[in-house]
Amino acid sequence: MTQTDPRQWVVLATPDDPLVLDSGSQLTHVEVAYETWGTLNDTATNAIFIPHALTGDSHASGTPESPGWWDTMVGPGKPVDTDRFFVICPNLLAGCRGTTGPLSVDPATGRPYGLDFPLISISDFVQLHRRLIRHLKINRLLACVGGSLGGMQALQWAVDAPEEMAHAVVVAASSRLSAQNIAFSAVARSAIMRDPAFNSGRYFEDESSEGPRTGLAVARMMAHITYLSEEAMQDKFGRRIQDAETPRLRFGVDFAVESYLEHQGSTFLDRFDPLSYIYLSRALDYYDVFADPHWSDRLQAAPTKTEFLVMSFDSDWRFSTDHSRRITRKLEQARQPVSFREIRASHGHDSFLLDVPDYLDTVKAFLDHAAEGVLDEA
Amino acid sequence: MRPDLEVVSTLVPPGARVLDLGCGHGELLAYLAKTHDCTGTGVDTDPESLIAAIRRGVSVIDLDIDSQLDEFADGSYDIVVLSQTLQATRMPEQIMEQIRRIAGLGVVSVPNFAHWRNRVSLACTGRMPVSRALPHRWQDTPNIHLSSLSDLEQLFAEQSFTIKQRITLDPEGRAAKGIARGGRANLLAAGAAYLVASA
Repeated sequence: MTQTDPRQWVVLATPDDPLVLDSGSQLTHVEVAYETWGTLNDTATNAIFIPHALTGDSHASGTPESPGWWDTMVGPGKPVDTDRFFVICPNLLAGCRGTTGPLSVDPATGRPYGLDFPLISISDFVQLHRRLIRHLKINRLLACVGGSLGGMQALQWAVDAPEEMAHAVVVAASSRLSAQNIAFSAVARSAIMRDPAFNSGRYFEDESSEGPRTGLAVARMMAHITYLSEEAMQDKFGRRIQDAETPRLRFGVDFAVESYLEHQGSTFLDRFDPLSYIYLSRALDYYDVFADPHWSDRLQAAPTKTEFLVMSFDSDWRFSTDHSRRITRKLEQARQPVSFREIRASHGHDSFLLDVPDYLDTVKAFLDHAAEGVLDEA
Repeated sequence: MRPDLEVVSTLVPPGARVLDLGCGHGELLAYLAKTHDCTGTGVDTDPESLIAAIRRGVSVIDLDIDSQLDEFADGSYDIVVLSQTLQATRMPEQIMEQIRRIAGLGVVSVPNFAHWRNRVSLACTGRMPVSRALPHRWQDTPNIHLSSLSDLEQLFAEQSFTIKQRITLDPEGRAAKGIARGGRANLLAAGAAYLVASA
């Protein structure tokens, strides 16, 4: 049986109404792929926006046949309860899962952009998200809920346009990357861009080329190490040998952890594009939300305050608790209502995607509070 | 709401920005927001308490009162509340210094270890008192720095805090107005809530 594509598409930038990016560049045609769940109430007050993380897509919530990447968080009876809320998740600008990106055709040349696609920022993602909710006739989100890069978008949005967001949930995120974070990003990009098949970003022009698959797989393998804690890896693999009792004593895959990384790398190739990877990861590197000298003025001038929930996981070393503490401190010192929790979970950065009851219960409590009064009107 | 929290709430100025250290389920802050037009932040580390406070719509920050109060900026609150918390901290003197730094004004409520029932219990049984105000056995009590009211008042004086107001409490935590001032309170009150200001 064939699955029907759950995505919808909308054009949100045109030559008459281009998307002007942080860099000053303009995009004259931007199409966004997105999915929605649940029903928008008459007052359009029950909308929750889910911005995805680095390698996500619009399929936040799915079915057993077609699982979503955040089924632990989004779905019927889940913290982001699709029976109560109208939930929106788009593919990001420069993503490769339906929204305009480096592989889209540049209207100026009639050819795919490749590396001529302009550099984009997290603020640019937010600008486009804002167009999407206006298209959906929503003035103010009940909440924006995001993990990792998703949390950074929620935070950026709240700072750019606090009047559009009543509640923000920022999980396992950062207000600016550390030198170590940027270093990991640099190695991942290097692996892709130094793959001979990258061909200066024009690998798609040669039909016989499969593109920089080696580079992308290596980038993914390395990044994946940073998403797990040492403890989680040890528990899962230890020093176990893959499919054998004794080591093969060769350079190929021997340990179970190697097999796992190989698998992570190769499955990634089927769903992700190397150019999208370098554009999205670069957006992360330059992110520095509190560098804007006016951010706290905007929050303080907002007619009603955005309430924040910031969370970290104690085993996350990619974006450690210190990153979340900084976000909390900045918001608290700007006198914004902010709650913070460090959750005990052993799986590292990936914990935000997993079934960690204490974490999910906390988000549920926050959204239950957010929904008070609103859902009676529905 | 716990009766002692109601007493504490009467010591908080209307409209104040309140930092509640050891906020539990956030009852006090929710009540102050509703009835006193206050804003503020709670601090706790207990997961169940934090979730309950968040469900109430109270802002709470998960941090360790003993070691992480530097997260709060100088003069960033109007008042710091420690209701039934000071005696459970590792270094009460440092906490008082943090009150001075963060707000300069504090509400501190404590159980009184010198309450006559505790004295009788200790004298007659030779065992650490267990009562309504002090419900834990010695080995599992969070109250690692119990004091008498006289001890606490001496600490305030040594650290140049002036007592603006004192409300003595009965064993249920209600205001016990009939209790005389001075040394008699140290015998007759099961606890007290103080409004203190740094000089």
